[in-house]
Parts: sequence; structure tokens; C-alpha cells
Amino acid sequence: MIMRNWTVPMEENLLKGHVACQGCLGALSMRLMLKGLGTNVAVVIPACCWTIISGDVLYHALKVPVFHTAFETAAITATGVKAGLTMRGKGDTTVLAWAGDGGTFDIGLQAISGAAERNEDIIYAVYDNEAYMNTGIQRSSATPYGAWTTTTPAKRPEDKPKKDIVEILAAHRVPYVATVTPAYPEDFLRKVEKAKKIKGFRFFHILSPCPPGWKMPSDYSVQAARLAVQTKVFPLLEIENGEKYTINYEYPKDVPLEEYLKLQGRFKHLFKTPEKIEHIKEQVKKRWDYLLMRHKLTHGTTDNIVRKVFYK
Amino acid sequence: MSLKKVLTGNHAVSYGATSARVQVISAYPITPQTTIVELLSEIVAEGKLDAIFVNVESEHSAMSACIGASAAGARAFTATSAQGLALMHEMLHWAAGARLPIVMANVNRAMAPPWSIWTDQNDSLAQRDTGWMQFYTESNQEAYDYVILAYKVAEQVLLPTMLVLDAFVLSHTSEPVEIYDQEKVDEFLPPYEPKFVIEPGKPLGYGALAKPDTYMEFRYKMQRSMERAVKVIEEETKKFNDMFNRNYGLVEPYMMDDADYVIVTSGAMTSTARAAVHELREEGNKVGLLKMKTFRPFPFEKVREYLSGRKKVAVLDRNISFGHHGIFYEEIKSAMYQVEPKVPIHGYILGLGGRDVTKKDIKEIYEDLQKREELSEIVWKGVKL
Repeated sequence: MIMRNWTVPMEENLLKGHVACQGCLGALSMRLMLKGLGTNVAVVIPACCWTIISGDVLYHALKVPVFHTAFETAAITATGVKAGLTMRGKGDTTVLAWAGDGGTFDIGLQAISGAAERNEDIIYAVYDNEAYMNTGIQRSSATPYGAWTTTTPAKRPEDKPKKDIVEILAAHRVPYVATVTPAYPEDFLRKVEKAKKIKGFRFFHILSPCPPGWKMPSDYSVQAARLAVQTKVFPLLEIENGEKYTINYEYPKDVPLEEYLKLQGRFKHLFKTPEKIEHIKEQVKKRWDYLLMRHKLTHGTTDNIVRKVFYK
Repeated sequence: MSLKKVLTGNHAVSYGATSARVQVISAYPITPQTTIVELLSEIVAEGKLDAIFVNVESEHSAMSACIGASAAGARAFTATSAQGLALMHEMLHWAAGARLPIVMANVNRAMAPPWSIWTDQNDSLAQRDTGWMQFYTESNQEAYDYVILAYKVAEQVLLPTMLVLDAFVLSHTSEPVEIYDQEKVDEFLPPYEPKFVIEPGKPLGYGALAKPDTYMEFRYKMQRSMERAVKVIEEETKKFNDMFNRNYGLVEPYMMDDADYVIVTSGAMTSTARAAVHELREEGNKVGLLKMKTFRPFPFEKVREYLSGRKKVAVLDRNISFGHHGIFYEEIKSAMYQVEPKVPIHGYILGLGGRDVTKKDIKEIYEDLQKREELSEIVWKGVKL
């Protein structure tokens, strides 16, 4: 994570007039992704919020072509597009599969596993808002423990941990897996620019807070994403070839998990059951310790993890 | 010089795809289709065909890969059977709705349960309403030819096409097949030049949300293309016949000129029926045969042309729409509904799950047809009760 002297391309490839909700980090994520990738790009979008966001058949809010496909097929349709472009002499075009958490963690996992195992030359990005938001906030296997959704009501909230998609992809030994969030745009862009140069299957896990789904005001979403990193709920990391682990950032101060939870209405009921909050804390710590161990195995030390206060 | 090879139906399809210079192949193994893509992967590996072969993890993905490749402007091919085709169902709609001229070979195999790997048409006919054109082939030569012909038609009307061949009867049975000069095939089927294609620098959206004020027109245009396809198939088949010395049509009549009775078939059992009709003719019976080559688009005019004025018609179905009847029967009867004077049409269900259809069966159906009075009663041939 380099904070000084980082530049952001001025070019906007996501145009005004897209129809994302206010405060949608899924839109901001696409904006950053395309700043990093440029326009020699073809995007494949399965059923997800972005089916709507990019515009209906009469409008198109992106400066790159988009092929809409069925829910479970982003990874394989992108594979097909790459093969088709290659056969037409356009193999240098980056093909981006852009899917939500439902299309990635759940229904699309089979095709992702296939494409990852074959090391298809595509970038797969999941903008993870931690539930089926486009259909009205139903739980997915990306929904975190304790969260309210319309299918995990507050009286019986989500009782399973979030599926560890990053480890699943790492286990496929793909060249590049990264976690990013638009709350740390310089980290986001650096990773996109790095991934662009890599050949093979590249995976981005983007934490993408959703104001209506997370039950918070629309101006909270960047703050929520930032707190997710600061509380270690969502560590920023890279995994190369399934073995080289790098934690990109550790906030130098302890931020209590409650700061992250209290921002979001979907966790409101949790404050009546402090033991559940303790349980989440334990899980977060366990995961962080594991990542530290992997980072140390890779780098021989954990001292090289960036630990500065960049944002409040 | 063209070349005669002794090939199974499946390998004839592989050669057809090679002659058609397909550029992206994606497939998943399923009996009895597998040997089609086995040979293709070998041909690609040997560098005899410039194509990318994507070994996917399901048929659903095989069709999705073809969709992506075709949307990017490449000629895409896959093959499947039965459960595989059923798994593709969602993406068959997608391929057609996205107006992609993908060609697929489906080796007809009965649906499970109970498990069967043998031929019947319920797999392909269940995909009737997806917007795919469907050709039913009778011989290995047809299987080869119709891969080439299918691309020629599909790329003009922008609808995907399925050519269908019977499990084992064609897929694993060897016959001599004429493989044409590549130059001649190239002349008939030039490279695919798509009008709309995913391309960097062309920021278009494909398949985005269509609200009620725009959706219906997409469907209207698909139907118009299907209607236009009838003409395109006729024209292209004529060109193909002239160029490669064949005698194909939307439907194919045999000894129909003065026939009072007509037997309607599709697929490989047509050859058996042809032999039976030939013998019945020699015995002095005025019987003819009509082979349904094209199922979608449905050849209304040709069916009416050949069946009007006949005494009786027997439609043989190696399939069944449960709660209704044989599917070819339903469709032919519906096509003939407004024709006066009325032609009595009887439907026979036979050969499901690969049960043999013999000359004797066909002759018995002919006998039964002459005696049969009732309209539209379902007749099961060869079922053990």
C-alpha cells in the first residue's frame, strides 16, 4: 500500500446516468476498476444489481461493452468471450466478469471453480454486499454471522459464518487473489493495475457496502467499508499462486468491532446478545491470526505490514 | 477432391464442425455424444483446425462458453445429449434471445429416470420453445452436411441451430461419408462476419433490462426471423444440393406422388420406414413416406402441400408429450386443421428409450392405419402390456 505519489487516472469510464442507489459502493467499485483497467475491456455481468445499474436496453452507462448473462455463468461466459476475442485477433483485451455475492459465493461457484482450475485468462470481480440485494435483501452464503436479512429475521439472524471465498479461490492456486474496497482507493487501484499485467485467472473480492441492505444512511457506506478494514472484519490482502500471502494494511489502533456494527441497522439486534458480538470478535481474531501466520510464512516477518493512519 | 471416409455419425459431426471451421468448441462428456468432441479435441490438438477447445465442468457452462464466444464474433460449436441438453435449457433461451448463431449437435437420448442411454426424441423436443432451429438427420452423411448447412442458415437469420441424430443408430454406427474439399465448403460457408459483436471501442450493452415497453418487440423479431428462416433454409439447401449433389429439403417425400396413405417419420427410423414403404408399394399399396427434416421453423406449407388430399396419415413419434400426444403428431395435426377436406391423422408412439423400430412395425402401422376410425386416439406400438 503506497499512499504517497499515487495517481488516479482522470478518465471516467462509468458515466453519469447509471441507476445505482445513493451510496452504492458497487458503483464506486466499477468506477475504480475501470479507471485501473482502461477501455480495452469487455465486461460480462450476470444477474445482480449491476444488471440494472448499467442501464436498460435503451441506455448504456459504461464506456466499455457489456454482455449480460445468466446468474451462474459470469466466469464461463467471460471465458467464452475471451476465447472468441482471441480467435478474432483481439486477445489483448481484458475480459472482466463482474458479479455480486449471490452470483459468486452461491449459484456461480461451480463455473468459477471450473474457470479458476483451468486458469482462464480473465479477471473475476465480486462486489460483495453480503446478501441478495437486488431481489430485496435475502441472505447469501456471503452474509456474515449475526446479520439481519429478510430471510434471516432479527429473531433468528444469520447463524453461519460468511463463506471464505478468498481461501476457496486460493486453494485453486490461481495466480492472483486480492481483497479490496473503495474505502481504500489507492490500494484498490494498485491491485487492479497489478492484476492487469498478470496472465491467468485473477480474482477480486470487493467489500461493497449497500446502504439499503445494511440499513444505514447512504453517506455511511465508505465509512462502513473503512471500519470493516480497521476492525479487521475485512482484511486487505493479496494471495499469489495460492501460497504467497501479503496483508496489505493494519490499522495501527484498536478499533472495537462495535464501531463497525453499530453503524448498520442489520446488526442492531445483536446488541441485545453481547455473547454473539464476542463470538464474532473471536472469529475475526482467529482469521487475522491465521493471515498473520501466512504473511509471516511468506515474508519471514510481519513488520513489513503497513501500519499508518491514512484516514480516520 | 472430396474424400469418402467410413465414419460413425458422431465422427461425421466432428468432421462437419472441422469443415465448417468452427473457432471455439466447448463441451462436457455425455454418452452417446462424447466421441464427437473427443475427435474434435484431437483435430484441434493436431493443429488441423484453428480453434480453442474449452473443457468445461458442465453442459450449462459448455453452452455459456459458446454464448460468450459467439457474442465476441467467433463461430462456436458444442454437442450434447439428454440430461446435458436439459441442463443447458436456461442457456438455450439465452443463446436464442441474444441472437447468436451457435450450432450444436444433439445426439437424441432418452431422459432419465429410469436411466437410458438409447435414442428417443424427448430431449430435443423438450427444447422446442427456446428459439433454436432444429434439424433431424437420418444418415451420417446428413449429420456431416447439416453442420455446414446449419451455420450457413444460422448466421443469416441470427438464431442458433441444433442438428439432431439418433443415439447409436447413427452416433455409433459406421457409414461411408463424403467429406468435401475445404475450398468448396469455404465457398459455400464463408467466415462469419457478425454485425453486432463485443469489441473494445464499441461500448454497447447486450441483453440488458427490457421493460414492458421494449421487450415484446425482441420476441416479435425472433419470430419473424424464424419465419424468414423457412425461406433461407430452402434457398441454402438448394445451393447446397447443387454444389454437393444432394437432395435435401425442409421435408423429404418418398413415393408420395399417388399415395393415399402417408407415413410421417423423423430421424433414423426413416430409413426403416422407407424400406417398408418400398416393399408395401411392391405389394401394390398406395403408400408414401414424408420425412420431417426441419422441425423448427415448422414447415407449415410443405406439410400442407404433401398431406392435403390424402386418405389417411400416420405420424410416428419417438417421443411423447405426457398428457397430450406425440409431438410431431400434435404439430402436424395443428398444421392440417384448416385444410379442407379434412385428412384423418393418427399418431403412433414407438421406439422410446431406444426400443427397435422394425420394418414389421411400420407395416403393421400401415395395416392399423387403414382400419382405424377414431380420431386422435393415442396408439402405442410395441409396448408390453
